[in-house]
Formats: sequence, C-alpha cells, structure tokens
Amino acid sequence: MATRHDIAAPPAKEGGAAPARPPAKPTEAERRRRARLSRRWQRDLKWSPYGFISPFFLLFVAFGLFPLIYTAWASLHTVELTAPNDMQWAGLHNYTRIFDDEFFWNAARNTLTIGIISTVPQLAMAMGLAHILNYRLRASTFYRVIMLAPYATSIAAASLVFVLLFGRDYGMINWALHYVGVGKIDWQNDKWPSQIAVSTIIIWRWTGYNALIYLAAMQAIPTDLYESAALDGANRWRQFIHVTLPQLRPTILFTCVVSTIGASQVFGEPLIFDANKGASGGAEHQFQTLGLYLYEQGWVNMHLGRASAIAWTMFLILIVIGVVNYVISRRLRASS
Amino acid sequence: MRASTRTARRTVVLAAVATLGAGLLAGCADDSGGKSDSSGGGSKGKTTITLGLFGTQGFKEAGLYTEYEKLHPDIKIQENVVERNEVYYPALVNHLTTNSGLQDIQAIEVGNIAEATQTFASKFVDFSKVAGVNKSDWLDWKWQQATTKDGQTIGLGTDIGPMAICYRKDLFQQAGLPTDRDKVGQLWAGDWNKLVTAGESYKKKAPKGTYFMDSPGGLLNAMISSNQDKFYDSSGKVIYKTNPAIKSSFNLTAKAASEGLTQPQTQFQPAWNSTIANSKFAAIACPPWMLGYLKGQSKPDAAGKWDVAAAPKAGNWGGTFLAVPKSGKNVTEAEKLAQWLTAPAQLAKLFSVQGSFPSTPGSYTMPLVTDAKNAMTADAPIGKIFADAAKAIPTQVIGPKDQIVQQGLTDNGVILVTKGKSAAEAWATATKTIDNNLEK
Repeated sequence: MATRHDIAAPPAKEGGAAPARPPAKPTEAERRRRARLSRRWQRDLKWSPYGFISPFFLLFVAFGLFPLIYTAWASLHTVELTAPNDMQWAGLHNYTRIFDDEFFWNAARNTLTIGIISTVPQLAMAMGLAHILNYRLRASTFYRVIMLAPYATSIAAASLVFVLLFGRDYGMINWALHYVGVGKIDWQNDKWPSQIAVSTIIIWRWTGYNALIYLAAMQAIPTDLYESAALDGANRWRQFIHVTLPQLRPTILFTCVVSTIGASQVFGEPLIFDANKGASGGAEHQFQTLGLYLYEQGWVNMHLGRASAIAWTMFLILIVIGVVNYVISRRLRASS
Repeated sequence: MRASTRTARRTVVLAAVATLGAGLLAGCADDSGGKSDSSGGGSKGKTTITLGLFGTQGFKEAGLYTEYEKLHPDIKIQENVVERNEVYYPALVNHLTTNSGLQDIQAIEVGNIAEATQTFASKFVDFSKVAGVNKSDWLDWKWQQATTKDGQTIGLGTDIGPMAICYRKDLFQQAGLPTDRDKVGQLWAGDWNKLVTAGESYKKKAPKGTYFMDSPGGLLNAMISSNQDKFYDSSGKVIYKTNPAIKSSFNLTAKAASEGLTQPQTQFQPAWNSTIANSKFAAIACPPWMLGYLKGQSKPDAAGKWDVAAAPKAGNWGGTFLAVPKSGKNVTEAEKLAQWLTAPAQLAKLFSVQGSFPSTPGSYTMPLVTDAKNAMTADAPIGKIFADAAKAIPTQVIGPKDQIVQQGLTDNGVILVTKGKSAAEAWATATKTIDNNLEK
C-alpha cells in the first residue's frame, strides 16, 4: 500500500539517516491504537482548518451575506422602514425608476466629479511628499507620524472643523482670501466651491496615508539604479521620472484602485459638510453623493425598497468600474 | 424638540456609532430589566418602572422621580436616555415592530407622533379609556395630535412650543420701530404681511449690518405652523402643493428673503449661531425653548435686551408625548406614572426648571408659570405671553412625513431665494425634491 503523504504521520524511525533496525511486529492492540490515532489525525487535518477559519465566515454570513440577500429581496418590493414586514411585490420597478431618477444621476455625477477632484491631487501630492521624505531627514519618524495623523482622526471631527473653516461669513478661508482680493465664496451653496470643499476634506485625510505607501515602495528601489542613472548624467528630476516612477508602477496601480473604491463610497464628509440640510447634500443637491442619496432614501425617508435598489445599482456600477480597472491594469502590466 | 433635532445632523456619524452603542445598551438594559421585573414580581421587591427618553426631558432634573417614589414607596423609577431623537426614534420603531426592548413608558417627539399614531396605535395603551385621564386637562390641539381618527389616544402631552416673536429692543429703537411689546404686537396683529411690512420699515433705518429676521426658514416655519391646514388633509392625502396657505406663506417668505429682510442663513448652522452672538438680526420666531438657545449662543451683554411680542398668528414648534406600550410588564403602574408626570402641577415645575412649556392649561395660572422670567428678556412676563399663544394655536392636521415636506420647503426651497433664485424656481426645486422623497 502506498503511503499517503498528506495524512500519514512523519516516519519516526525509518526516516533517519542510518538504516534502522526492523521494528518489532506490533501487537494487535498496538495496531488498533495506531489506526485510531491515525483516523483522529486524519480527521483533525481534514476538518480543523475549516474550524479555524469558520469565525470569519460565520460573521460574514450574518453581517455580510444575509444583508446582501435581504437587500436584494427588499429591492424588489415596496417596503418602508417603519413596517419592514409589510412588503408589497414591485418587481423591477425600483430599478427601472432609477433610469429617470434625476436625483440618482445627479448623485452619480457628483460622486464622479468629487472622486476626480479629490483623488488626482491627493495621489500627486502624496507622491511629492513621499519623494521628499525619501531623502535623509532629521526626525523622519516624526514627519511620518504627522502625515498619518489625519488618517487617524475621525471623519466627523475633521468635517466639523472644515465646516467652520469653509464658512461663508465667518470662515477662516474666506477671511484669508479677502486679503488677496477674492470676494466671499459661498462654499456650501455654490456647486463647484462646495465640491472642492468636500474634496479638500478627503484630500486632507488620505494624502498622508498614500504618501506612506509610496514611501515604503520607494525605499525598496535598489540604490544602484539611481547611481547608474547619475553616472549617465541624469539629474534628480530625470531620476524621478525614469527610475522612481516606473519602479512604483504596481504601487501606483494599487493606490488608484483603493482610491477609486474609496471615492465611490464617499459619505461622511458630504453628510456633515452641511448637516442642517440633512442628507440632501446641499440646497440643490450640489454635493450629494450616491452613498448620501442611498442614506437619504433609506434612513431619512424610510424607503427601504428604493434604498436597497440604489445599493444594488451602486454595487453593479462598482463591478463595472472594477472590471475596467482590472483590464487597464493588465494592459499596463503587459506593456511594462 | 426641533432645535436639538436640527443640530443633531452635524453629528450623524457619531450618532451612527451611538446607535450601535445604544442598540447594545438596549440589549443589556432589556435583560437586566427582565430580571429586575421578575424579582419585582416577588413579595418583597419594588416594582421598577422604566422610561425611554431622548434629549433632556427634565423629569429627573426637576426632582419628579424622587417625589413620585416618596408618594409611592413600592415604586422605583429608572430612565434610559438617548441623546438624539434621530437615534432614539428609529430604535423605538425597531422595538415596536419586533415587540422587544420596549420600556414601560416611551417618549415620542411631535415630529414622529403622527407616524406613531397611524402606524403603531395598536401597540400603545389608549389613554382616552384610562381611568382618571381627563381629555380637557390638555390643550385640544395637543390631545388631537396623538389621537387616531377613531378616537384612540396613544400619548399624553408633556411640553409644547407656542411661538411668539422675540425681538431686540435696542435694534428696534435704532430703526425707529416701537419697543413696547404690546405696540410691537399691534404692528402685525393677525397678518403675516404686516410683519413683512414692519421688516421693510426696519430695513430703511436698520443699524448697519443687521437684518430684520434671522432666516427665511424660521419665518416660513412660523407662518406654516399658524395655519389651520398644513401639508395633509384630514383624509391623510398630501395636499401641500395645492394648499393655497402653504403657497402664499412660501411666496411671502421668498419676498422677504429677496428684499433682504431675512439673513441668508440656515437655522442652527454654525454661521447662524454666530449671527446670534454678533447681534446681526432684530427678530426671530421663537417658542420658549428658543430663549434658552439664544442665551446659549449670545454674548453676556445681550442679556435683557430681548423682549417678546405676540406673533401675527400663533403656531406650535416642538413638543413631546409620553406613551405606554401595551406589551410592558407594568402597564397599570406605567399609566399612573405617565398621568402623574403630565399633570399640570408637574408640568409647571418642569417649565420652571427646564423651560419646556406645559401643554396643560391648568398650569398657566400657577405662580411657577405666571411669575416666570428669563435672563434674555428681563422682566417680560413670558409665562403669560406664551400661554396666550398656546391657547390660540389652531388644531392642525399633522401627517407622518411633515418633516420631509417642511425640510424640503425650507432647505431645498426658500433658502435658494437668498442665492438669487426666483420664488418660482425655488418652489420648483422644493416640490421636485419633496415629491421624490415622499414616493415609496
């Protein structure tokens, strides 16, 4: 009988370097004992791993899968949060109505523009900061901690401070701007200023985080690449363009994917940016994101069915974005 | 109370965390409550009555629990307070739909009372049939707010928010308007148009940098609250778009806003708070609790500079009810406690401690109310002024989604006029938003 390596206990005696004495023939009881142990090992090896990973999956089923399926079911009904058991079949109505829901598409556009306004400068600045921190500096740990501080701050606290900074009448930013001759900007009520303001909160929060990721990747670039580039007469800028950036390509891709996911879920910042207007994202919904619209329908207006349909539509849109991301990154990888 | 309702949105993310926390706590409270109840059922233990409250209702602060426990030695009172109604109410809805985790007495805010009355009437004790409850102890409109069409009353009224106009005597004087509260009241008695006219004459001689009123939202709210008909008709149909009273209130507010009589501000925003501190406006529609808010935001030198005059027509802003879920373990004792807490003498005490105005006319002749003074309004007899307003408030039909309509008209509506939009454009944006939010 061939030994099954996956289940057999490691050879205790025969496996040694020196040939062992042939073992004494086991007694019947000994043989049975071994068979029992072997079965137990077998079972242990087979099932224990599942036991060890089960907590995650059990929690996922309770808090991930069940809500997912329940939401899908609810999205096919007209149902209110005040009476979640009173469901009326609505078929795909909640989905089809999204096509002419101007508020949904407005929110989708805002999510996209806020995503671009926040992500592009954020990643560019993170790259610059990482480049500077990559030089030998005094107290470099101090700077790194400082950069991560916004990330560790709660969104609510940060947003409240930014609301004050961006105040129209008594805000510090308008006060500073008036010294350079810029009139009062209504950061909350005008479309682009409000989107820029919301994006600023996001940029402030995430730049340091991305900078640290870039920094880690930069430190892994072998220094001889820079040396040979320097020998070839490349200055600092050329070195950055031709050595640092290509070496960072996988990291840049990673941060782009993570930021895209983050941008599509923007919620806390716009919610608190004009908290008195509830979840409507400003008087004319000028900075209402998809996440905020979903929240408004579900938890302010109590329309569980509609909110569920919005959630699923967002999910589908995200899948499309994910696929596009994947295709682009594969192209890029292939071309490098 | 609406003040806390609005400011709350600033901390919604914190609130979300609090919801989770509250959920856990409620779960714990549930268990311990169950245990103490079963021991309370024994021969020697006291009966514990639990109250689920939001915000600061003030029962404890006014010493009412201790007083009741002294009167009834076998009763122990325990309150579970959730800070924000936005957190409290959804949890209550959840507990009602699942019939678990309910306290013996639950507070319900006026903004939710219509929904609670229409959706959950069968889950609450009908106070119109409870022995000793006398309907005429409460203002009729307050009683009706918690009453279903077939006459079931799910909650007893605690406080209300009768509105008057609070105004700055110093600013009125500088602008050449009368400062005596009766004469000020006569300026606009019975007609909101006259209030806007008074605003126009204020603006002509206004102290530099000041506006007549605090915000378009506050003005619109005061007007709408004083109308007989609001957003729903008595059959429960949404009529806000076709109700001429709403449209004309909206247009009048838009006119005031476009003429620069109201500040371009949203109430309870940080910037609006700053305008209180900097004395930037001369008048505001105010229920009694607003005086407390003004005091909290004002600089000390503003104390005593305010006075209170009657509004053109009285309306209500805010208020709370106490309801008793039928599934509770101590229903009879809870009924008695709710009744005692909402009796005129107790509500008068609540007013003197907490500033929440009683919904029982019987309180209005008690010295605690008639002699009440406020630091902001010096010697103005606020108890009497607000009592007069309370009695003049019409019985409005309130609907389950009043807050959504109101918020749409205010925050997606009249505020746009201050941004240079026309009244018609603002109305179009508001109605589009509201209709989308109402559609199921």
